[in-house]
Amino acid sequence: MLAHAIFFYFFSFVAIISAIMVTVSKNTVHSVFFLILDFISISCLFIMIGAEFLGMIMLIVYVGAVAVLFLFVVMMLNVAQQKNQWFKSTDTSTHIPIGLIVSAIIFFELIIVIGGWKYKPEIIKNFSNSLTSNSTNTHTIGSVLYTEYIHLFQISGMILLVAMIGAIVLTFRKREGVKRQNYFSQISREKNQGVELVEIKSNEGVKIDV
Amino acid sequence: MEYINLLFSEIYKILYVLIPVLVSVTMIVWLDRRIWAFVQKRRGPNVVGPFGLFQTLADALKYIFKEIIIPASSNKVIFILAPIVTMTLALIAWAVIPFSEDYVLADINVGILYIFAISSLGVYGIIMGGWASNSKYPFLGSIRSAAQMVSYEVSIGVIIINVLLCVGSLNLSDIVLAQEKIWFVIPLFPMFVIFFISSLAETNRPPFDLPEAEAELVAGYQTEYSGMMYAMFWLGEYANILLMCALGSILFLGGWLAPIDTPLFEMVPPPAWLIFKILFLFVLFALIKAIVPRYRYDQLMRLGWKVFLPFSLIWVVLTSGYLLYFDLLPVY
Repeated sequence: MLAHAIFFYFFSFVAIISAIMVTVSKNTVHSVFFLILDFISISCLFIMIGAEFLGMIMLIVYVGAVAVLFLFVVMMLNVAQQKNQWFKSTDTSTHIPIGLIVSAIIFFELIIVIGGWKYKPEIIKNFSNSLTSNSTNTHTIGSVLYTEYIHLFQISGMILLVAMIGAIVLTFRKREGVKRQNYFSQISREKNQGVELVEIKSNEGVKIDV
Repeated sequence: MEYINLLFSEIYKILYVLIPVLVSVTMIVWLDRRIWAFVQKRRGPNVVGPFGLFQTLADALKYIFKEIIIPASSNKVIFILAPIVTMTLALIAWAVIPFSEDYVLADINVGILYIFAISSLGVYGIIMGGWASNSKYPFLGSIRSAAQMVSYEVSIGVIIINVLLCVGSLNLSDIVLAQEKIWFVIPLFPMFVIFFISSLAETNRPPFDLPEAEAELVAGYQTEYSGMMYAMFWLGEYANILLMCALGSILFLGGWLAPIDTPLFEMVPPPAWLIFKILFLFVLFALIKAIVPRYRYDQLMRLGWKVFLPFSLIWVVLTSGYLLYFDLLPVY
């Protein structure tokens, strides 16, 4: 178990340090990279407790897709040059109280969840399938998610779809005067439509008018 | 002491996979150039060693002895990290590839998800390299390649779902063993074609090599790199190509299984079959590089989102409907 403990403390140390660095680092792009490091070490922790499906999905969804979008936005908006120095500034910023309130709420929620789990273990038994030795946790998650919680699952999918359509509608604008390519007309162009073979007589030349 | 023994035996096992992969990457670069040359009626590299086999080693030696130039205005840490990330990610994905039933480094339950996660991380090496160079063309190339890789990952994911529906497990060995009766290339042939084209786009190979389109972007994200760092990008790229070929042969061509179960084919060791299939797919990759002209960027995006994604989604519905109707769904 020594190796297990060493790996656990290594990953949690990296996770906490990189989470702090996300907020502290001056360069916004560096912040995003620390966020990615944080995601990766959290997913390693997931894998260590045997939740390999969650760990891999975390990598695919957060690191492979969401963080790429973050990085895109940060790089394209050119906010990398802005100095993130809230911890040095003397004037009162409005972000800090709001951030404190949000983090306090999250903290108390976590305490409620973990406290319930710790002091009343029989609560969990009511609504969870125990992992058996012959089923992987991928199967277990699937059999719970697609039977007992299918409606919640579908509704969350619909919410995401609506959010996506909303974002497209908000940013969509029809621009005038844009030349659009028609692929079918491009592909279906034949040789005799584009090229013309002209017999040229000597000393007379040819007149090409279009 | 026990731990040290364990550590050394693990390192030995890792080297047992890593060194063949690295050697085959150098060989595959030679093969790529040779095939390219033969299609164009040239000789290709044929001077160094027999048939020019050591050409890549000579190139690598040359890169090692060149000076590494780091641009003054670049972001140095990320600039140095980028090729390391690319190469590491391309190599660690080989940990779960099964070469035969008992010759696999890590036989994990979620092997296919692991490979998918690692290949989706591969985009970071390119973005980091392009951004940290602090130069126009690398940045444009890296943005292009990030958009391209993210788009084609979506269709690859949906294609993998097709295969997983027929297997019922995320373990790569189980995926191969499920093809004992019939390789998935026969029932899922359209998916195989789309997977092949998507893996061309995923590895930034021609005709989808827009990230390094030399006519427009000099060399894309690699423009500012030199010496060993360039060579690492290049090794990582080819290791990724080999990995996609291995994934294609495991998902669709039956991995280490022989085509027909006869005594003659049983004499061939199973890893040889996998290597043969990987080589077959790679020859296709190389031929396509030589034959097909480069896509335009909007055509590339249209192909990914408007053709491949709907088609493979419809195929998921068809596959699951078929399996459900004939009661063939694998039950656990």
